[in-house]
Amino acid sequence: MSSDTETKDPETKAPEKKELPAKPEEQLPEFEKGLSDKIVAKFGEKTEVAFVKPDRIRINVKKEDIKDVAIFIRDDLGFDHAESVAGVDFPADKEIEVVYHLGNYTDPKLSRQVLALATRAPREDTPNPGNDSTRLPSLREVFYSVEFHERECFEMLGVYFDGHPDNRRLLLPEDWADLPPLRKDFDSKGR
Amino acid sequence: MTAKLPPGLKLQKVDERIMTLNVGPQHPGSGHMRLIVQVDGDFIVACDPDPGYVHRGEEKMAEYRNYLFNIPHLERPIIHDSCNILYPYVLAVEEIIGAEVPERAKYVRVIASELNRCVYILYWLGIYGIFLGHSTMFMWPMGDRELFIDLLEKLTGARVTHAYFIPGGVRNDLPANFEDVCLRQVNYFEKRIKEYADIFYNNPILIHRTENTGVLSREDAIRLGTTGSVLRASGVDFDLRTKEPYDAYEELNVNIPVLKEGDSYARSKIPWLDMFESCNIIREALEKMPKSGAVRTKLKPNPRGGDVTVYKRTESGRGSLGCYIVSKNKPEPYRLKLSVPSFRNLIALPYLLKGEKLGNMPAVYWSLNYWPVEADR
Repeated sequence: MSSDTETKDPETKAPEKKELPAKPEEQLPEFEKGLSDKIVAKFGEKTEVAFVKPDRIRINVKKEDIKDVAIFIRDDLGFDHAESVAGVDFPADKEIEVVYHLGNYTDPKLSRQVLALATRAPREDTPNPGNDSTRLPSLREVFYSVEFHERECFEMLGVYFDGHPDNRRLLLPEDWADLPPLRKDFDSKGR
Repeated sequence: MTAKLPPGLKLQKVDERIMTLNVGPQHPGSGHMRLIVQVDGDFIVACDPDPGYVHRGEEKMAEYRNYLFNIPHLERPIIHDSCNILYPYVLAVEEIIGAEVPERAKYVRVIASELNRCVYILYWLGIYGIFLGHSTMFMWPMGDRELFIDLLEKLTGARVTHAYFIPGGVRNDLPANFEDVCLRQVNYFEKRIKEYADIFYNNPILIHRTENTGVLSREDAIRLGTTGSVLRASGVDFDLRTKEPYDAYEELNVNIPVLKEGDSYARSKIPWLDMFESCNIIREALEKMPKSGAVRTKLKPNPRGGDVTVYKRTESGRGSLGCYIVSKNKPEPYRLKLSVPSFRNLIALPYLLKGEKLGNMPAVYWSLNYWPVEADR
């Protein structure tokens, strides 16, 4: 694809990526900082602000608290819909992360913002979707728009959402008997 | 039935009055998806969409390929809008690997993206026309599409799957004389789509079939998290080209069409009005574009990012398209998630069809601007 003449071994680039974590020294954007401060002021130790960047905030919470935090974000901060629910498998941590990207349609001040609310569920090596400990509380009552996204997350990563009214398969066939395909230990054939 | 069913599966009771119909998945006007529709006489009682027949595992595939190799296959979910589906991905990768985009490339991207938006909308409009029994409305958009497909072919070398956007700019500069040809085509195109009003949008048969069918109120459009034309037809003024402008959209004047009715007619009209706006954007971009300069910055081979997560979104032909990338110091993304507008709008379908007549189903279904392949990824 890119046949650029500048050739460097991947090893020589290692120092560059070291520079990346140094960035948070910069001034944090004010408006976004204000939003995240409100959440921290309300929930304190229960939440962890992963980053505050221009237009993007990320909050990590424990799964017991996610519903309370989500209700607070909806009612007091004004985020009214979920854009995306992404599950990420971390076999090394024995955890599966679920990230809700929340947005706002009506408030001009908030329309640029995307708030990522992340939580983690325990992961089992031999999954039995729906019947093992990989469970999270569903946010469907808080944000109606997560309904299909959570169904997709259930089939693709095996995270069962407690309280979801309709935990069926969506994209995969009903008789899929293999591992949930977006887990890291599911290798696509021929690889 | 003694056999134990897998989790999530239920046996269904057969009702004497309610009949269950399968619409699809063999593309009878639903695309490659199935709608399980329950009807009481002529009225739809419940609808359960069953997508997934064209699921290709794009997100899984992306975990095996590096950031550049991912470009051609990620546009496959919607080849008619291939520039726009790559847009958030390219923006996200640029943030991860820290690539700068030259000023001229930002404008070239906007032009390509708007041309592609028109190409997609015309394809959709053709299908919308034919499924409402209006075959002229199938022929005309298909013919007019060729104008912009020719332009895009000149620009990118391919008719539909362009693979034109790359991290750090676009693949190649405008060909000689492109600005003049583009301006001429756009002006002619605008004249052509004006004629759609007479034959289609002011047609009493169409109005009768689509007005007040499948009405989505403003509150529900927000609550269901719909996006794009569905959202703007319900009176919510939200378009990322103005709300969160990216690339050259910051310097351009964009006037987003919004309608209040929220019915199928309004939803079918928004994309058509969008095309006029696209023409204005292209003309303005051609004018303001720097006349010379680089269109791509050189990337190091096999670029890799740090330990970051990035979420970028852009406005595609159907609505806001999000791309979430988790990078873990590797040349490949650790996880890539596309939050596609078709998938987000699908949730509105069971909601809108409840209580509608079965005959109105195509009018409602196609007005959602739904693309099955994109929804399945």
